[in-house]
Amino acid sequence: MATATEESRARQGAGAPSGAAAISLEQIVKTYRSGGEDVQAVRGVDLRIEQGEFFSLLGPSGCGKTTTMRMVAGFEDPTSGTVRLHGDDVTGIPPHRRDVNMVFQSYALFPHMTVFDNVAFGLRRKGEAAGEIRRKVAESLELVELSGRERTKPGRLSGGQQQRVALARALVNRPSALLLDEPLGALDLKLRQAMQIELKRIQRDVGITFVYVTHDQGEALTMSDRIAVMNGGRVEQLGTPAEIYERPATRFTAGFIGTSNLLSGTVDGHRGGFAEIGIDGAGEILAECDSPAGSRVDLTVRPEKIALDTAEPSADRARLPGVVAEVVYLGSTTHYTVRLGDGTEIVVFRQNSSDAASAADRGDTVWVSWRPEHAYALPGT
Amino acid sequence: MAATQAGKRGRTGRFAPYALVLPGWVWLALFFVAPIASVVSMSLMTGSLGAGYSFTFEVGNYTRALGLYWEQILRSLLYGGLATLLCIAIGYPVAYWIAFKGGAYKTTYLLLVLLPFFVSFVLRTISWGFILSDNGVILGALKGLGVLPADFGVLNSATAVVFGLAYNFLPFMVLPIYAVLERMDHRVVEAAHDLYAGRVQAFVRVVLPMSLPGVFAGVIMVFIPTSADYVTATVLGGTGNTMIGKVIQTQYLVNNAYPLAAAITFVLMAVLLIGIFSYAKALGTEQVMEVQAR
Repeated sequence: MATATEESRARQGAGAPSGAAAISLEQIVKTYRSGGEDVQAVRGVDLRIEQGEFFSLLGPSGCGKTTTMRMVAGFEDPTSGTVRLHGDDVTGIPPHRRDVNMVFQSYALFPHMTVFDNVAFGLRRKGEAAGEIRRKVAESLELVELSGRERTKPGRLSGGQQQRVALARALVNRPSALLLDEPLGALDLKLRQAMQIELKRIQRDVGITFVYVTHDQGEALTMSDRIAVMNGGRVEQLGTPAEIYERPATRFTAGFIGTSNLLSGTVDGHRGGFAEIGIDGAGEILAECDSPAGSRVDLTVRPEKIALDTAEPSADRARLPGVVAEVVYLGSTTHYTVRLGDGTEIVVFRQNSSDAASAADRGDTVWVSWRPEHAYALPGT
Repeated sequence: MAATQAGKRGRTGRFAPYALVLPGWVWLALFFVAPIASVVSMSLMTGSLGAGYSFTFEVGNYTRALGLYWEQILRSLLYGGLATLLCIAIGYPVAYWIAFKGGAYKTTYLLLVLLPFFVSFVLRTISWGFILSDNGVILGALKGLGVLPADFGVLNSATAVVFGLAYNFLPFMVLPIYAVLERMDHRVVEAAHDLYAGRVQAFVRVVLPMSLPGVFAGVIMVFIPTSADYVTATVLGGTGNTMIGKVIQTQYLVNNAYPLAAAITFVLMAVLLIGIFSYAKALGTEQVMEVQAR
């Protein structure tokens, strides 16, 4: 089994655009029966995850991301649709015969076994020779920087170390894809951030496809090559972290990823590649928008793109007057909430750099402004 | 003034924990230490019920106990051991099924396991005597149909005693195993499947070792009382199946040979304790306790 995968990987070459994807989901639907009612957890998901990619499924709890991953692992069978690993249809094949491994949220280490036995578990089931097992386990523990802890029981390790054992236990099998179910959820912030960088390094080192399930947008943005934002059992948006962040496709994505300002208005006309949009009760601004004149649109602007001035900014910027309603000092940045004429609140992040002009105070009348290309009309609004 | 008050309070605080365990100690002293001490001293006495007993450091009671009744002691351990194995064989699948497949009805199934306990122990055993009698409900019917020969019997045999013991103590095996399986993190089993273990491998490598503390507790809770039981052997067994419990009862209550009975009692207790400790040692108590602590 292992050699077959190796060959198929060699045939494909790293990052070959043609050929079968590492994982492909085709029209996946999952319906549960709960309390006499059918609950649709996943409603028609189509995804292609390429070989060697760090791919994240991002969404709030109950969005279907974990169910989707469990269908890739084989713990759940889709109600309809097809799961393919390297082009082979694996729908209905049990987890122990799939060439993917999972890192569980609770780690799910075997408490009665030593670290060595935990990591060796998969290799032993595959019937590898004892010498090979010793070599691979040692190599894998070195990768997660846990050499020397072979004889320890998981219960005697810290949360972060248990996490690394879980990772080593899955990676040692050199699966065609590694599935990670919110693996950093139980760690404290500092450790979580360190592990994010660590995970990315390990993924680069081993070149295995990682599928990462998380509700933490920061985590997804930091590590992923591509992100699928999920909501209500569907993929809302698929793209690189920058695409997802800079160009949210829906109101949901705009609100879920980072902080976003939403402005509603009507398109008045087009000028120089930009649309002139009348923001309800606040003023007229320029923004990127293809909708014809007269249509209603929702605009989104990221808080860090917005400048705060006491003097009126130049006319080539999108600008709106308002009053500072809230000032929150956060050390490296200060967050301002500015209330516009119609009552809409705009959040502005401002770096506390030494050369910054003196900050505005609560109650000050100010101008918020940004470059027109930084305001973006959500499609389909 | 204030300082002395604080000091007083400190002293009361120091003694408070001991005061709180005092009832426990008194209870243990009255109902455990005192009876044991009385049995030990009785086992070294001579005399009769009529003439009274006096402490003569009579070690002969022990040699007599072992010399006369080693057969019954060994038989008790054998029957208790077999009944315990039978309880594991029947109880483990039951506990497993309730814990993993019981769904919303787990409590109901557990109640069903416990249901026989609502009927007196002796009554249940006597009922089995009726059910299994040579011309009773089951055997009588089967003999009538010609399935079994007319002289076939189950009662008054070692089989009847062992099955009777297993029946009576089955819940003591089911409950501790169930308790361990029920709180087992199901993700750990999934992890085993994920790491290429099929159903059998996942059970043998992960579920079974992780449930051993439950089996350990069950074995202790079944083996000790079954080895010392005398009701089941009396009701379902014959003259050739006497267990040591019956001997003790007879020596105490029929022959009034208190010192001998006390000596047998103490021998049985010692044998069971040694058995349990070596069992724990062999299984690796530390490991067992470690898994249980989680």
